[in-house]
Amino acid sequence: MSKTKDNEAPPVIEINAEWCKGCSICIEYCPQDVLALENGIAVVVNLDDCNRCQLCDYRCPDYAITVK
Amino acid sequence: MDNFDYTTFLREKKFPLIWCAGCGHGIIMKAILRAVGRVGWDQNDTVMVSGIGCSSRMPGYVDMNTLHTTHGRAIPFATGVKMANPDLHVIVITGDGDATAIGGNHFIHAARRNIDLTVVLLNNTIYGMTGGQVSPTTPRGKKASTASFGNVEAPFNISGLAQAAGASFVARGTAYGAVQLSKYIEKGLLKKGLSVIEAMSPCPTVFGRRNKMKSPVEMYDELRDQSVPVKKAATMSEVELEDKIVTGVLTDVDKPEYTAEYAKLIAKLGGSA
Ligand SMILES: Cc1ncc(C[n+]2csc(CCOP(=O)(O)OP(=O)(O)O)c2C)c(N)n1
Ligand code: SF4
Repeated sequence: MSKTKDNEAPPVIEINAEWCKGCSICIEYCPQDVLALENGIAVVVNLDDCNRCQLCDYRCPDYAITVK
Repeated sequence: MDNFDYTTFLREKKFPLIWCAGCGHGIIMKAILRAVGRVGWDQNDTVMVSGIGCSSRMPGYVDMNTLHTTHGRAIPFATGVKMANPDLHVIVITGDGDATAIGGNHFIHAARRNIDLTVVLLNNTIYGMTGGQVSPTTPRGKKASTASFGNVEAPFNISGLAQAAGASFVARGTAYGAVQLSKYIEKGLLKKGLSVIEAMSPCPTVFGRRNKMKSPVEMYDELRDQSVPVKKAATMSEVELEDKIVTGVLTDVDKPEYTAEYAKLIAKLGGSA
């Protein structure tokens, strides 16, 4: 089920594929399993479950992911 | 959720970062930028000074006044900046090798003087940049390029060293616990006096691989499992704490700060700074 409340815009996750080095930290520690690795780069596979905790952003060493 | 846009503090033209995949240094840099954002410092009044090492590459990516100096000497350069202009906010970026091997004396004397700098010490327990030599914080038994059969030396407890030498604020955090780490850094920025924030930073390339940790994630899992908050640590024995990383604010005291004491002396003698 979507984590977004009715009156709220859904989260926007931006991934910079040029900067991502595929370390997989964001994927491993996302509490909602929103992300996955595809061809060595993080991708969003389950946006509906994102709760905007931003833990992926906090732990991305390469400034390659933001959540708004 | 933290809405501060840390990208305003980045020199994005210098990206992608030189650090290896999964290196903790980039996470710690972001924890610092978020902390500076929360305290509201202007980047024109803030100076970031580093020595030499992978960790010390940080100022190259940060849009503040930045100084990349010589190995072990970030604290002396930062001391000069702060003495010349005590109104500037001065952050020192250093590694375990930079601050506690070649720069060890500068580190303890800055703590003794209690000069108002914020030292973020990125402790990856190895010399990353030069290929993985033993550092003063390499744990016993761990392998390094200069310890193929395991390190026989005892490691420094960096935070303990800073506390004993007189720093007014000492905290330890990890790249895994980036949210908490950023809060410790924020407290350190606001403290008048020497603040040391020891930030444990996985080095997957020259430490992890040599020590049978196959992926960056394995190293972050280990950091998570080793971390013990300072309150809980108080209830544990020395044996129980042997392989643990005690996290949190370890020291927070008010005591005379060097540049303020110096200004008082000048005023007393009738001069002006
Ligand atoms: C005077 C001098 N001696 C030695 C070196 C070689 N050197 C460069 S970086 C480094 C160690 C850096 O280790 P650390 O401070 O722990 O940083 P890391 O690379 O692990 O982040 C050494 C010994 C140097 N650049 N200058
Ligand atoms: S060698 Fe280690 S410390 Fe240096 S950038 Fe790579 S992972 Fe980070």
